[in-house]
Amino acid sequence: MFKQILPAILLTLLLSLLLGLGYPLAMTGIAGTLFPAQAHGSLIERNGQVVGSALIGQGFDKPEYFHSRPSATTGADPADSTKTVPSPYNASNSMGSNASPSSKAYIESTQALVDQIKAENPEARIPVPVDLVTASGSGLDPHVSPAAIEYQLPRVAKARHVAEAELRALVASQAEGRMLGILGEARVNVLKLNLALDERWPQAK
Amino acid sequence: MNAAGILQIVIFFAVVTAGAIPLGTYMARVYSGEKTWLDPVFKPIEHLIYKICLIKPDQEQHWTVYAFSCLVFSVIGLLLMYAVMRLQALLPLNPAEMSAVAPDLAFNTAVSFTTNTNWQNYGGESTMAYLTQMLGMTVKNFVSAATGMAVLVALVRGFARRQAKTVGNFYVDSVRSVLYVLLPLSIVVTLALVWQGMPQNLDAYVEATTLEGAKQVIAQGPVASQVAIKHLGTNGGGFFNANSAHPFENPTALTNLIEMAGQLLISAGLVFAFGRMIGDKRQARALYIAMAAMLAVGIGFAYWAEAGGNPQVQAMGVDIASTDTAPGGNMEGKEVRFGIANSAIFAASTTGTSCGAVNSMHDSFTPIGGMVPLVNIMLGEVIFGGVGAGLHGMIVFVIVAVFIAGLMVGRTPEYLGKKMEAKEVKLAVLCILIFPLSILGFGALAMVLPVGLSSIAAPGPHGLSEVLYAFTSATGNNGSAFGGLSGNTLFYNTTLAAAMLIGRFLIIVPTLAIAGSLAAKKIVPPSAGTFPTHGSLFIGLLIAVIVVIGGLTFFPVLALGPIVEHFSLAAGTLF
Repeated sequence: MFKQILPAILLTLLLSLLLGLGYPLAMTGIAGTLFPAQAHGSLIERNGQVVGSALIGQGFDKPEYFHSRPSATTGADPADSTKTVPSPYNASNSMGSNASPSSKAYIESTQALVDQIKAENPEARIPVPVDLVTASGSGLDPHVSPAAIEYQLPRVAKARHVAEAELRALVASQAEGRMLGILGEARVNVLKLNLALDERWPQAK
Repeated sequence: MNAAGILQIVIFFAVVTAGAIPLGTYMARVYSGEKTWLDPVFKPIEHLIYKICLIKPDQEQHWTVYAFSCLVFSVIGLLLMYAVMRLQALLPLNPAEMSAVAPDLAFNTAVSFTTNTNWQNYGGESTMAYLTQMLGMTVKNFVSAATGMAVLVALVRGFARRQAKTVGNFYVDSVRSVLYVLLPLSIVVTLALVWQGMPQNLDAYVEATTLEGAKQVIAQGPVASQVAIKHLGTNGGGFFNANSAHPFENPTALTNLIEMAGQLLISAGLVFAFGRMIGDKRQARALYIAMAAMLAVGIGFAYWAEAGGNPQVQAMGVDIASTDTAPGGNMEGKEVRFGIANSAIFAASTTGTSCGAVNSMHDSFTPIGGMVPLVNIMLGEVIFGGVGAGLHGMIVFVIVAVFIAGLMVGRTPEYLGKKMEAKEVKLAVLCILIFPLSILGFGALAMVLPVGLSSIAAPGPHGLSEVLYAFTSATGNNGSAFGGLSGNTLFYNTTLAAAMLIGRFLIIVPTLAIAGSLAAKKIVPPSAGTFPTHGSLFIGLLIAVIVVIGGLTFFPVLALGPIVEHFSLAAGTLF
């Protein structure tokens, strides 16, 4: 039986080198050459400063920006590092709420979100789209649905002092349909849309 | 539910089948030692590996030696991975300065990746160094997948051979699985994933300043190379905590299709390889249809339940209609780019196979939607199942099905010309009994011990579902979770590790025993009394056997968990 053990040890070590170092490092080299932007996280810079990643959502609270979906990510409590506190859009600790659909706490907190969103968007003309009041699986969803943009559009138009029709035209240029017309869902990248907003109608600082 | 969603389900099945048939032909050549078009590249490497590792490729093994090699190889890999996690703070490639992983968590994780489960009681981006992800997780993703494929190939040889003493060489089957199947596919998939936006770097985490002036630290890493094999090898362990819901781990609808099809590709291809190796493609087609039918039913239920949404949220006046401008349904724990249909396909296919990656949080599914992944695992991980493991699990059910058919007509059952006698049937039943024993045994233990109950997040019947899902996932070597359960405790780290080991090796050993026993038998030519195992009657019988065994075993506990939760929620009772 011993003569079966030595090959097992040697094979484990050899495959570790081949698959644990050779393969990922070679892939890092090739991918970084062929697709440098993607390989390094699709980062977006503005005025030489990294403002985020095209793939990673970020939180927006101001009325003049379109808002992202609720995020359930947490971070270390600054007061006590053994505890965690809510930290929306923490891109180094992805997570969903894992809320149970039948829990009283979940239904109550969703009701609070619905109330808050309605209060923030008094001029909205359509019912609240479900993605605006549910936390995404990653807590980093970069997208909202086109309906969620339409819901917020009157508020943003008012805050930016622009006509709704003009704003709607900008949104249309940022909207993404299903891939190849079939795969996935229609969506709008919130960070990219807000960057386009800032570029078109710069904010007084 | 809408036409666009149903069309995407059809496309998914078409892609899987179109990929699996040629891959099956190719894999049959690989395992039969025939020439393949990758020989010029990999043949020299293969022989160099044998030479360095003192493996004698021509020396075939008796099933006991094959099983022993498999166990030793697994244990050594487990120890090495444990060591890497414990020592990661001292090793290079750790820009985020992760500290050593705690002993119980490191043990659970090493077992988890060795058994092809990839249950994760940790968040990747907040716990593991890049070197650990590469040298630990990525290596184990390959090796545990190759182990499952090797065991299957040994079982297939048991059917194909007559009066033979050996079932193959474990090391050769594993090395060939890695070199000729897993590695080339992984390289292609890695590059496709990076093209679509998945990171592949060794950079430090990036600090961004958001438009509203907040700091956002964005985790990075060699993601794509690990994610490619995570799906192809039905491993499922996420680079990031949110797994394939994370936009870096699944950036677009196209990567989502690649990941969903990838986690079925090899398992489905092995069914066709099996048909070629035993010289009867009709047998493979029958098993493929049985697996695909069960998967389609699961996807249908999950899609219907999730598109229906949460009745309590709908009652708040929230719009849950699925349209061309809104995903609708139950979007808690789901991503907009995938919507409902792709979350349902992913949930059903990741649990029909033993992959266990998730692109949406199963814990937040509606009760019936969340029951689909749970039931898929409970049925024994045979709806394509893990690479290798799924088909050898399915063949065990075939043995039970032909046995039952034999009882009905009063003849000794046979399958593929091999008589199924008391020994094979006993070993098959042993494989099947492991599931309820581990799931219900550990589940019951957790429900009576304070250390088991204290980790539950959800009150009411959903809490039972969380615990049940954990032990089902561990025993089935799946790895997906109802994530609300706090699994990183001494109790769950050890009991889940035990369930994973039981679910892996207490099935592999009797399976190899069946292989050895079958290889030694003669092949009897089919007669007028032989029950044909390629027609619709047999497909129906096989599905019925799987569903009845799973149903009888787990219906009572499902009634106390998701089923009662479904009716309570509809009636407006919250917990």
